[in-house]
Amino acid sequence: MPAGLFRALLTVAGAVAAIVVAIVISSVAIIAAGASPEAAFAAFFDFGETERSVVNGIATMLNRAVPLFIAGLAVAVGFRMNLFNIGVEGQYRIAAICAAYVGSTFTAPAPIQIAVIIVVAAAVGGFYALIPAVMKVTRGVNEVISTIMLNYIAINLAAFLVRGPFTGQRAEGQLTTSTPVMPESAWFPDLNWIFEVLGLPAPRGGGLWGFLTVAILLGVGLWVLLERTRFGFEVKASGLNPSAALASGVNPKKMIISAMVLSGAIAGLIGLPEILGDKHSFGSNFTPGLGFLGIAVALLGRNKPVGIAVAALLFGFLDRAQGPLQFANVPPSVIMIMQGTIVLLVVIANEITSRIALRREERRAAQQLGRNTPVEVAA
Amino acid sequence: MNADTVAAVQPAVQLEGITKRFPGVVANHDIRITVEPGTVHAIVGENGAGKSTLMKILYGMQKPDEGTIRVNGAEVSFRTPSDAIATGIGMVHQHFMLADNFTVLENIVLGAEPRKGLTLDVGGARARVNELAERHGLRVDPDRLVEDLGVGDRQRVEILKVLYRGARILILDEPTAVLVPQEVDELFDNLRELKAGGLTVIFISHKLDEVLDIADAITVIRRGTTVASVDPGDVTARRLAELMVGSELPTPETRESTVTDAVMLQVSALTMEAEGYRPVPKGASVELYVDSLRAEGRRLLLDGVSFEIHQGEILGIAGVEGNGQSELIEAIMGMRLAHGDISLGGADIASWSTLRRREAGIGYIPEDRHRQGLLLEASLWENRVLGHQTRPPARRGIWVNRRAAKADTQRIVQDYDVRTPGVDTLALALSGGNQQKLIVGREMSGEPKFLIAAHPTRGVDVGAQAAIWDHLRDARAAGLAVLLISADLDELIGLSDTLHVIYRGRLVARLDPSDVTPERLGGYMTGAITGTEET
Repeated sequence: MPAGLFRALLTVAGAVAAIVVAIVISSVAIIAAGASPEAAFAAFFDFGETERSVVNGIATMLNRAVPLFIAGLAVAVGFRMNLFNIGVEGQYRIAAICAAYVGSTFTAPAPIQIAVIIVVAAAVGGFYALIPAVMKVTRGVNEVISTIMLNYIAINLAAFLVRGPFTGQRAEGQLTTSTPVMPESAWFPDLNWIFEVLGLPAPRGGGLWGFLTVAILLGVGLWVLLERTRFGFEVKASGLNPSAALASGVNPKKMIISAMVLSGAIAGLIGLPEILGDKHSFGSNFTPGLGFLGIAVALLGRNKPVGIAVAALLFGFLDRAQGPLQFANVPPSVIMIMQGTIVLLVVIANEITSRIALRREERRAAQQLGRNTPVEVAA
Repeated sequence: MNADTVAAVQPAVQLEGITKRFPGVVANHDIRITVEPGTVHAIVGENGAGKSTLMKILYGMQKPDEGTIRVNGAEVSFRTPSDAIATGIGMVHQHFMLADNFTVLENIVLGAEPRKGLTLDVGGARARVNELAERHGLRVDPDRLVEDLGVGDRQRVEILKVLYRGARILILDEPTAVLVPQEVDELFDNLRELKAGGLTVIFISHKLDEVLDIADAITVIRRGTTVASVDPGDVTARRLAELMVGSELPTPETRESTVTDAVMLQVSALTMEAEGYRPVPKGASVELYVDSLRAEGRRLLLDGVSFEIHQGEILGIAGVEGNGQSELIEAIMGMRLAHGDISLGGADIASWSTLRRREAGIGYIPEDRHRQGLLLEASLWENRVLGHQTRPPARRGIWVNRRAAKADTQRIVQDYDVRTPGVDTLALALSGGNQQKLIVGREMSGEPKFLIAAHPTRGVDVGAQAAIWDHLRDARAAGLAVLLISADLDELIGLSDTLHVIYRGRLVARLDPSDVTPERLGGYMTGAITGTEET
């Protein structure tokens, strides 16, 4: 069996084992909460009776997965270099409100308007991540501490901006404040036609957000960048062995700055699926917590775009069951217990499987050499 | 101590046939040591000879693959250091493991706190520590903060810490490496008192004069195995050095001189401060600034180092480790700032980045291949790209040229005889010698003009060693300038065209390798011979 295939199979086996154990642990939690595990797990797969409700469920799951995927990518860029960008949370919120506000101030043809909004979001997120990077490079401030602190600043700054300078007209009967609604040219076309092509009814509400396509392109682009380019090689080298990277002429300061800014720029896009596809403004009810979930998604996906996609889909799948779980009389916080246990167990499984893979590689090399070549000759 | 009584009792520690393998490397092979109780037993050997692995085994940090350990006659098997401590073995590490913001007393009891109910029995602890200090002549004030203590005092605290846990056998790992001569004398007085108190001391070192001064018995380790047990009364430092280095090794003799007139690398007045680089104040010249540093008595890691290397020349730097060799390399590679000038082929490179220096044709075989030379968890071809990521064949525009990199790795695997299943194998699967051959092959790629070879054959088997020497010689004949830094004196004398000795950051002697003996070289390296420069 080729080493690559073996490693892939081992990873999948580890993940499956982790999920099975997580189900067992969650069952205990469900029983402790006085509900029935069967009902709970049935609820996860209960997408409803009608075609329309199934389609709605799938759209909800994908719409949840897309921002999580982007958040996972953002975190993974840092993780690859052993940089813990905990600040994705703050970066995406500040980027989201700035992008939503800028997008509401002008009207241009749709492609230009949307491109400008995306660029603003990435630039703001990247700039906000530049702050901890500069602090780390010039003063040695640990990025974990500085990004956590910057999260508080960003969250409260966003709350202030949405009530103050960036606030828009409050709609009739609305209790939440939000930025001005963006012109229709800033509304990202939805993907409901996919369902129609398949002969299914279109989902309700905002439907399937079109930003999914941008996320896929982003994932592919990031894979190419990290796996095939010189920059990606330098990121990998810095992550695997910083001293060797330094001795090889990789400038660690430059790498920290560029990896953090790239991470922040990607983080800036996390809020856009919701803003461009559904809300068309940044409101005080904007989805929080995606940055922190992104850390879990990146861990689960082993910092690789494909893995992160799978992890984001799994989280989306679990989150979708909020409603059905309540109907089944199961507290929806079971979802968070499951997500937490899965992440913990997958981290353990990853460690075990990578050790097995490394040991196998060593043994295989030793065996092959023992067979094919004579004993080393002394000079 | 009377010799007859010693012979009658069981040995304090007896190691029989200890063997420890790591993937692809045998770190220890059939080690046999017998340590008599109430003696100072020295274990000497070069760096990388396997001393530290042996000590880790004896202290329970690693399990031997074969062999038995007996302590006071009883066979033991340690799973963790706690097992070793329970048997009465204590270790004083080279790098102190003390909490700076705790007092001496707190540090000593840390982890083995005597309790009175739920509280720390401070009075009992102090009494016991004072009693131990008194009995063994280890004077320290138990209430001082460790951060206020000097190095010698800290070491005494470490020894007390071990004694407090009931150790009767003490392992001291390179205890004099961090001490100044007066402190060494004090330490030796302490060790003699410990010995007089019936304790056994295992003393690891590569400083031969000190070993001869303190030890009652000496065991020499070379290339992972015990080669001799000698009585310090019967040997000279020279004989010990021969045993350590081994005179039957293949001698790396270079034939005819290939040195040309063209200077490739020129280093002048290279100076590095111990407390971090500070720019020269405006208006002052570097020389005056460095003079003022010397006048202030600041510690200099490099002190006015100047030399030049011609095309086709191997310049060797001999010295006891820690006398500025690493700093010299880091300064030339641009990894650490230093004062002074460095020029490569006439171009001033002192302000260049590491990358630019590498692109200009500097190759670097690092002293620690796992730390600076390899990405262990990456494939061989990715390791080929390392350091060449901006140059062909590894690079094509913004892309890494995978196909060309793999093909070129294949070439290295063939030309340098790297034993590997393929170029996609992870670097960690290779033995040390093969990893080193890959690094040598990589650093010789892309037509380097100047190569830094730091301990190029450390920890590799004899076959790989000879191959690496051949490659260095061939490259020299082809016009490469080489800076060779090594602890292997035979390697230095055999390969070098010119030999400098570095001592406390200064080049103290320039010697002709054709008529220098290891003994004289050793004299310069330890500072015993000074002043007489020759050419």
